[in-house]
Amino acid sequence: MTAFAPQRLSRTIAEGFFLVFCWVAAAIALLALTAIMWSLVSQGIGGFFKPDGDGLDLNIFTMSTPAPGSQGGLLNAIMGSLMMCAVAMVGAVFVGVLAGTWLSEFARDSRYGKVVRFLNDVLLSAPSILVGLFVYEILVAPLKGFSGFAGAVALGLIAAPVITRTTEDVLRLQPTALREASVALGAPVWRTILAVIWKSAQGGMLTGALLAFARISGETAPLLFTALNNQFLSLDMTKPTANLPVVIFNFALSAYDDWRRLAWAGALLIAATVLTVTIIARLLAREPRRS
Amino acid sequence: MTTDASVLVASVAPRAARGTGLDRAFEILCFTAATFLLAALGGLIVSLMIGGWPAFAHFGIGFFFSAEWDPVKEIYGAAGAVTGTLVTATLALIFALPLALGVAIFLVELCPAPLRRPIGTAVELLAGIPSIVYGMWGLFVFAPWFSKHVQMPIMMSATPGTLWETLTTGVPNGSGILSASLILAVMILPFMAATLRELFLTIPPQVRESAYGLGSTTFEVIGKVSLPYIRTGAIGAVMLGLGRALGETMAVTFIIGNSHGFPTSMFASGSTIASTIANEFAEATGVLHTSSLIALGLVLFVITFIVLALARVLIGRQANL
Repeated sequence: MTAFAPQRLSRTIAEGFFLVFCWVAAAIALLALTAIMWSLVSQGIGGFFKPDGDGLDLNIFTMSTPAPGSQGGLLNAIMGSLMMCAVAMVGAVFVGVLAGTWLSEFARDSRYGKVVRFLNDVLLSAPSILVGLFVYEILVAPLKGFSGFAGAVALGLIAAPVITRTTEDVLRLQPTALREASVALGAPVWRTILAVIWKSAQGGMLTGALLAFARISGETAPLLFTALNNQFLSLDMTKPTANLPVVIFNFALSAYDDWRRLAWAGALLIAATVLTVTIIARLLAREPRRS
Repeated sequence: MTTDASVLVASVAPRAARGTGLDRAFEILCFTAATFLLAALGGLIVSLMIGGWPAFAHFGIGFFFSAEWDPVKEIYGAAGAVTGTLVTATLALIFALPLALGVAIFLVELCPAPLRRPIGTAVELLAGIPSIVYGMWGLFVFAPWFSKHVQMPIMMSATPGTLWETLTTGVPNGSGILSASLILAVMILPFMAATLRELFLTIPPQVRESAYGLGSTTFEVIGKVSLPYIRTGAIGAVMLGLGRALGETMAVTFIIGNSHGFPTSMFASGSTIASTIANEFAEATGVLHTSSLIALGLVLFVITFIVLALARVLIGRQANL
């Protein structure tokens, strides 16, 4: 028995160190992340109340970005972001759903299918600032002007691979029997896909689209030199368009306290949107997939 | 009898379902969409090559080895930004990996059962927070704290003339290479922890339970059974994290200090490829300046492409990323 004692002791010590390390690592990580959330909320919430602390201040939703020292809000940036995200999502859903369908229903394990799948995964995690450079090269430089549409194209190029990936994953989960049953009833393949496969996978596909939306709504880098910025409220997407991330970036780096306050409020707004959308997406995904 | 059968066959078999003619069109439509994605990636590479060509042609191979970046004299070299990118991303990975592993193991093996799902979900949700939030936190909250409680004491106590002193010189304002690496680490931490946790959960319970049944400690189960089981996937997850850190723009731009040249100290300000492009591209005037920035982008693309491709090959499709 004594011969085993030293080994046992060393195992106990190693185990003890390991457990302490895991607890400490988890504590540090969760502490850091809580600290970030805490500063975000405590600094950001100020923008939604009047500076002297009495009552709600909805200027943020009703006024455009101010000159330093004067009153203002983020209306133009919110509108611009919504417009660009909407246009980007329309394009990205169209391309992404069809491409995902092709990968799942037509390509399967063909060589070209594997290549597309692999490069789509690369595009999925490619640095977003490079997408911005690309759109600058193909849209902004030739047309000699920054525009909301260029920003939307950049965002769409970031969203499309996400949707392609999730669409393919969800469609692959649909049972083969479903396809066979539909074809046996005499439906052509395209109707089988549209009316049966998409229908049965719609929850998962919606989840994918929501996750893609969450991803692009906070993207800053690709908008810096595509959509640029605009001080005023404008619905014209052929001109430079204001958007939340770039306004936050500019205001946060400025020397004015009221601009920084707006930047924090904007950051809180974006984070809250992203979290809400992600949570909705997860709730949607839970039911149909597990059944 | 034969006539009946042939009538029956004739009425069922040869008539294709209505609308079959559109099958081909639908397939082509889907095929076009898939090819469009491929073309987008191809277009991205080609446009970076064309845009960066004037810089490559003007500076030649020296572009990659010179750290001089001077818009006034129109001299541009990539070495400073490339080094900054590699150093910050590597340091971020070194800081984040042990913590991410710790969090994942904590969530799978140690965490009290009722807290497992909430904390696990919270970590996954944090992985989706836009990076600009991390950047702002770095600039306004982390940097002042870091300057006062880490940089100042270390710089005061560094022995003059030692390598340590060289490594810790700089302006103690909280920004710099090390700060940027730490913010990057905090940013990729939830992503890596969530991925590793998902990988740990793919291990069949029987495998872990057998190891415990043989008398293994938690440490031994993790080190000798769980980690080897998910090895390739885990390496892939780490590479994906590295890919994120390499290409990250906003979390870095706020806090790295944005000075050009070769970084020599942990506390000195520096730049990464992404932060240089973000800061200068919209204001770049000369053809050579624009082109050099795009050339930098191409370098970043090549680096991340290698890392991401390796990650995807290793990770296979076992984890849903």
